[in-house]
Order: sequence, then structure tokens, then C-alpha cells
Amino acid sequence: MLNNTVLRSMPNPETITRAELPNGITVLAYENPDAKSVVLSGGLDCGGAINERPEHNGLAVMTAGALMRGTQNHDFQSLAASLEDVGADFGVSAGIHGVSFGGKALGEDLALLVDVMAEVLCRPTFPTDHIELLRREALTWMKYGLQDTRRQASKAFREALYDASHPYHYSPRGTLETLPGLSAAMLQAFHAQQYGPQGMTVVVVGNVRAAEVVALIQAKLGDWANPTQPVWSAVPSAPQVDELRRSFVPIPGKSQSDVILGVVGPSRKSEDFQAARMANSILGEFGMMGRVGENVRVKGGMAYYAYSKLEGGHGPGGWSIAAGVNPVNVDHAIELSVKEVRRMTEEFVTEEEISDNKSYFTGRMPLQLESNEGVAGTILSMMEYDLGLDYLVRMPDIINRLTREDVMEVIRRYWRPDAYVVSVAGPQA
Amino acid sequence: MSNVTKHVLDNGMTVLLKEVHAAPVVSWWVLYRIGSRNERTGQTGISHWVEHMMFKGTEQFPRQELEKMIDRQGGSWNAQTSFDYTAYFETMPADRIDLALRLEADRMQNVAFVPEEVASERTVIISEREGSENSPMFWLAEEINAAAFRVHGYHHEIIGDMADLKTMTRDDLYNHYHTYYAPNNAVAVVVGAFNSDEMLARIKELYGSIPARELPHPFARPEPEQNGERRVKVERPGSTAFLEMAFRSPAGNHADYFKLDVLISVLTGPSGPGGGNIDNKTSRLYRALVETGIAASVDGSLYPTVDPFLMSLTVTVSEGYTLEEAEAALEAQLERVRQGDITEAEVAKAKKQARASFAYSTEGVTGQAFWLAFCENIGSYTWFEDYIDRLDTVTLADVVEAAKAYLRPQSRVVGWLIPTGMGEDDEMEGDEDVE
Repeated sequence: MLNNTVLRSMPNPETITRAELPNGITVLAYENPDAKSVVLSGGLDCGGAINERPEHNGLAVMTAGALMRGTQNHDFQSLAASLEDVGADFGVSAGIHGVSFGGKALGEDLALLVDVMAEVLCRPTFPTDHIELLRREALTWMKYGLQDTRRQASKAFREALYDASHPYHYSPRGTLETLPGLSAAMLQAFHAQQYGPQGMTVVVVGNVRAAEVVALIQAKLGDWANPTQPVWSAVPSAPQVDELRRSFVPIPGKSQSDVILGVVGPSRKSEDFQAARMANSILGEFGMMGRVGENVRVKGGMAYYAYSKLEGGHGPGGWSIAAGVNPVNVDHAIELSVKEVRRMTEEFVTEEEISDNKSYFTGRMPLQLESNEGVAGTILSMMEYDLGLDYLVRMPDIINRLTREDVMEVIRRYWRPDAYVVSVAGPQA
Repeated sequence: MSNVTKHVLDNGMTVLLKEVHAAPVVSWWVLYRIGSRNERTGQTGISHWVEHMMFKGTEQFPRQELEKMIDRQGGSWNAQTSFDYTAYFETMPADRIDLALRLEADRMQNVAFVPEEVASERTVIISEREGSENSPMFWLAEEINAAAFRVHGYHHEIIGDMADLKTMTRDDLYNHYHTYYAPNNAVAVVVGAFNSDEMLARIKELYGSIPARELPHPFARPEPEQNGERRVKVERPGSTAFLEMAFRSPAGNHADYFKLDVLISVLTGPSGPGGGNIDNKTSRLYRALVETGIAASVDGSLYPTVDPFLMSLTVTVSEGYTLEEAEAALEAQLERVRQGDITEAEVAKAKKQARASFAYSTEGVTGQAFWLAFCENIGSYTWFEDYIDRLDTVTLADVVEAAKAYLRPQSRVVGWLIPTGMGEDDEMEGDEDVE
């Protein structure tokens, strides 16, 4: 358990400076005078793949990727040089729900990071030659991914878990078919419609003064407005799997198969999330990858990695078990994994497992918050999921209230040992 | 950065301490001076396999308890095997670091290597290698190292050859452990929120009584001079071609290493401590190969090693271009550099980037402890402390001289990964798993 001194040292409403700009931007600053660097991290509520049409799949990711290719004040090389010349870095990416951005610099270069952020978010130019380069790079990596057993198992899993009407059915990266149809004009239009300050969050952590952070962002982004910016797009719910769905992606010439099996899980905002997080840790995370790791790796000797993962996030993300095994061991690995799921639906986990995992979740907080990136990511997450800036102080109590009854209940709510999706990619056994 | 203290215990164990009180955490590393470069044919991969066996526990820390106790205390732990070392670490909340000190002292002496556990870990390691084999680049890297090092132990992959993973015995593993896991073959580093006097006293209490062992002369045969370019071609299913060009690099503690550090920064972006934090879009080769559309990416690698190793340039060839075209474009740029076409501004930028990336890499206690242990192994922990100052002494003339000396075609290995197509799956739809 954490002592009170450590708890008080966690970022909390008294140590995080929060400012709301009139145009809807929330600025959060956390001073860490021991660091030499500053980390800037943030997100937009829109601009994600959920806002694109299936035939334009990849539009959001390509738009975000194109922002660093030129702005009204900088061409590609001068923008890159402004960062790289002082050892700074900044990037923008899009996911399903929205846009993420972030960078790092020495503390004295905070103004540069803010400048670049404002330039690329507000004034990109989408130069045609660079859009073509981006497309070529994306297609090259996409074709490379066709030979990647993990990616292909993951794709098959996603497509079987969510039907074509759900945004999680699609990868935000797009496809070999959709990317060639995306033009610079389409990227420009998507940016003009989607990107705006409403709901934008900027977190700055490091060797900076909070007041200076707020003033800088106010000066650079305070005037930004976009009347066409859409409101936050809620993610639709997804029906639970009610049968066993199995798919196989043949990839000849590989030594190993990747296996993913799972179900639809709770969102980060669901009341079930904390219990599910603990159940997931017991199933395939704690120690040497939990019960799944114990059976598939340690006792079975079948896999270097065998673990479970709870997506959480803004919508009903997957709750899955993944393993990389020799093709002849695929069925046995699935059998052992499902056996552990079944056991957790039929028997209470032990009091020791509950106690161990409570210590694990609360005890690791100092390590997670050691770096500027860790603090910035945690503050951003508290904002994104409406957890409150006092979440880290409250979190031990939330975790310590969980019981083994809660764990069994949440496993039973999401998992059925006879109804799940299993996807395998690799050579024929 | 100069508050490191070094102690050598009576049994020969080197101990480095550095107090950092920015956060209530402590990182503890124990590095053994034994890695894949010291492995003989028939026992390739033995250092890495022994590393796995160290997680099987001891009488004092049984396996099932061991796997949970660090997590339970809110810590993180892991291990790594490299060409030149095998290292273990725990990073813990400061008031719980004693567990890590006791654990590593026990693991230095009392791992049992139970035959059943050796057997189950054999298939885990084979699975790890099979997972690596799924990546076409693994095959190319394996062939390039084998071509570059005919004699020296850097010739095989750290994970080992499959033939050896199938045949090594429990006694082979135990003998390796019993021979090399000795205090006089170890570098221990602790960085974080502690009192140095108290910490050193505790380390002496736990490790001081572990007897030193007579260490065999390390198995490391020098690689003879290369007399002419070597080329390897690897054909694997897929549609993406890769080009790798590997040049001979000096050992990490050689004066020329720092000249090459600046050179590779000019070519492909910063690669020193923390270098991965900075993009490379203004680098020579990005502009010449990626910005022209010939390549989807270009990367450079220069790694400080105990013995001379390789400086590598890797190009992912774009759709629509051939390996021949990519190699010609790369060679044209290298020829410019060999002719002395490097600017003062590029050298100055490389130094600035190094300063920033170095600052990033020293902010966490785990990273600092790693680098101190790593550098002590290649010569002295002062390599890390003096890194920026030594880089600052490199001149434009030094970099030009290094380019001429080390980028010689006669001493390189050129590797092509030739994709043989997707076969029946040419029409598969591709994407990536991202949210």
C-alpha cells in the first residue's frame, strides 16, 4: 500500500494547474523542476476515423499524418528542421475516436513546441507531392503487414468481433483499396470540417512554469475557431458474441502462428471497468502473464508470449487473449486459455490473487509517474475519461473496494467459454 | 551528472551508486560480463537461455512466489541478454528496494536448473526464436552478421542457432551459470532515492560474502581484416524489399567511435543514448531516399560494443522501386560523404541533438542505471558521463576522416531481402492494428 506522503506527491488538483480558454481548449500544466525536458501531450475530440465513411477508410489517419508535411509558414523541411535542430520532436496521429498529438523538447524550447502545435493543427497546407509520398509509404507498410501474423490475426479478430456497421470493424489505417482514392483536397476538407478547439486538451509537464504554459497556449491558440466542428461522436454499443466464431488466415512460410481469442469488453467509462481490469490482470497479466501465462508459457512451454488484454477506451473495445505458438500447438493453447476463462466463471479467484492485484495496481503508481511522459499521459487520461484530477488520490480506495465476487460477476457478464471469437494467422499445421 | 561513486568489494564485485531524489523510486541492476560473443559453436544462445532460467526461482524465492512478489510490491523487473553482457534489473518504490537486493544476491548463487524446467523453457525459447523468424528482417540480420563475422562470436544471433537450442543440455546451462555468475564478473548499479552510505553497507552485507570464482579467459576470437565487399541475398515470401549496408565500426571505447556517432547522425539521425526520441527527417539519407519516394524509411544503427562491430544502414524500398535503384541512390550519397561533402552545420546539429537526447535518456532512474552498467562493461561508466564532452571535441575534419576510413566498400557487407511475392494471398487486404 502507498503511504500518505507518496499519495500526496501524486499529481492532484492542487498541483495541476488547469485553465479553460474561451474557445473550448483546456490547458493542464504540471511543473517538474527536476527534469531538463518538457513533454507536451494532447488530443482533439474529433478528426478520428469514426467520422469518415467506410469507402474513405484511412482518411483520418492520412489527414493527421499530413499535418507535419507543410504549413502556411513552413515547408516540410523547415518545419522538421525547426524541431530536429534543437533535438525536439512533435507528431500528430489519428485513431478511431479523435486526434492525438505530442512532443518533447528541452525545457527552454517549450515555446517552439507550442508554436509547432499551433501551426500544424491550425494552418496545414497539404502539399500534393507530400500526400503522394505519405500514400506510397503507407501502402508499402500495409503490404509488408500482409506477412505479419500478429497484424493479420488481429485484423481477422476485429472483423469477426464487430460487424461492418460498427466503427471498430475497420482499421483507421485504411486498406489497399481505399488509400489510392484519398486526395489532398479530401484531406484538406476533412481537416477544415473536423479540426477545432472545442473539446481540445493540452497537457504540459516538465521543467516549465505553469503560468507561462497557459499564456503561451492562449497566445498561439486562443483565437482558433471552427464553427463547423462536429460534436463528439459517441461510439455505438456492440452486441456480445453469442457463438464460437473461428477464422484462419493462411500465411505460408512462417515459423509461428498468432492466436487471438476474445469477446467485446467494457469501455473505460463503464462501471464494470475496474473489476474487469482486475479480472484481466488475474487472467493474463499479473506476474508471468497471469493464469494464461502460467499455463501456456510456464507449464505448457508453448509460447514466449501468452497474455490477456483489456482495451477499455471510449467504446466497447475487445477483451482478448493472445499467444504466439508453433502451428501444431494452436489448438492446445486455445484449449488451455478457454479453460482458465471457464474456471474464472465457475470458481472464485483466491483471496491471495485479489490481495496481490490490489497491491499491484496501487503500488506501481510511483513508477508510472516517474517520467514526464508518464505524468502527461496519466493527466490526459484523467481528462479523456472524465476521471477527475483527483483520480490518483481516490484510485487506491476504488481498487481496494473490489472483491472476488466482483471479479466473478464481471467475467460472467462478458465471457462465455462456449461463445467467443478466435482468429489464427500463420502456416497450416 | 558527476555524483556517481564506484566501489569494488573484496570479492571483486563492482558497485556504482548514484543518488537521485526526484521521485521515490530506485533502480537496481546486476550485469554479468558474459554475452553471446563469448559463446562457442554448439552452445550459441546459452547466455540468453540461462537468463530465462534465472526466472525459475530458488529455494528462498520459489518460482511462483518470485513471479508475483515484484508486481505485488509495485515494482517492475526484467532482464536482457546482449552480445556483450547479461543483465537483470528491478525498479521499485524506494522503500521496497531491499527485496531486489536480496533477490539478485540469491539468484547469483542458488538457481537450481531443475531438469523439468529446463525442458519446458527449451520450447519457450524455440518459440521465441520462431516468433523472430516470422519477421523477414530477422533472417537478413542473421545472414549479415554471419557474413561479417567469420571468426568472432558476433557472428550468431543472441537467441542462438536452432540446432543448438534443440541440443544443449541442462548441464551445459548450469556450467555456464556456475562459471560466469560470480561477484568478480558482475557490475552492480543502483540509482534513485536512497542514502549512499546505508545502501553500500546493505550491498556489502548481502553480496560481500559471496565467494569470488576463478574466471576462465573469455572466449572471444578477433575477427581478421575483411578483404573485399561481401554480399548476401535472402529470399522470403512478401512484397517488401529491404536493403542493409553494414560497415565495420570500432569498439565503443575507441576514440573513432564518437566520430562515427556524429557521422551516423548526419546520415540517418541521432543514434546515441536517447537518440530514438528524435525524428530524422532532416538527415541526409531521409532527404535523398525517403523524400524522393525511393524508400519508405531509412534507419541507421551504431551500437557501442566491447569489440569492433557494425554500423548499419537499413532501407525499406518503396513500392515501384527496385533494390538496385535503392542501392545506387544510397551509394551515391555515401560517395558524397566519402569525398568530404559534410558541412559544419550538420556536425553542429548532430551535437545539439545528442545533447537533447542525452538529457531525455537521463531523466528516469532505470535508464540511468542501465547506461552506467552498460558503459562500465565496455570500459568505464565515465563513457556515459563524458559522452557529451567527447562528442563536442569531434571536428568536421574528424567526421570526414571517419567517413573515408569506415565507409569503404571493401569492408562492408551488403544485404538484400528479396521478396518472393504473396503467392495465393496476393489479393489479401492489409491493415494494422491501431486505435
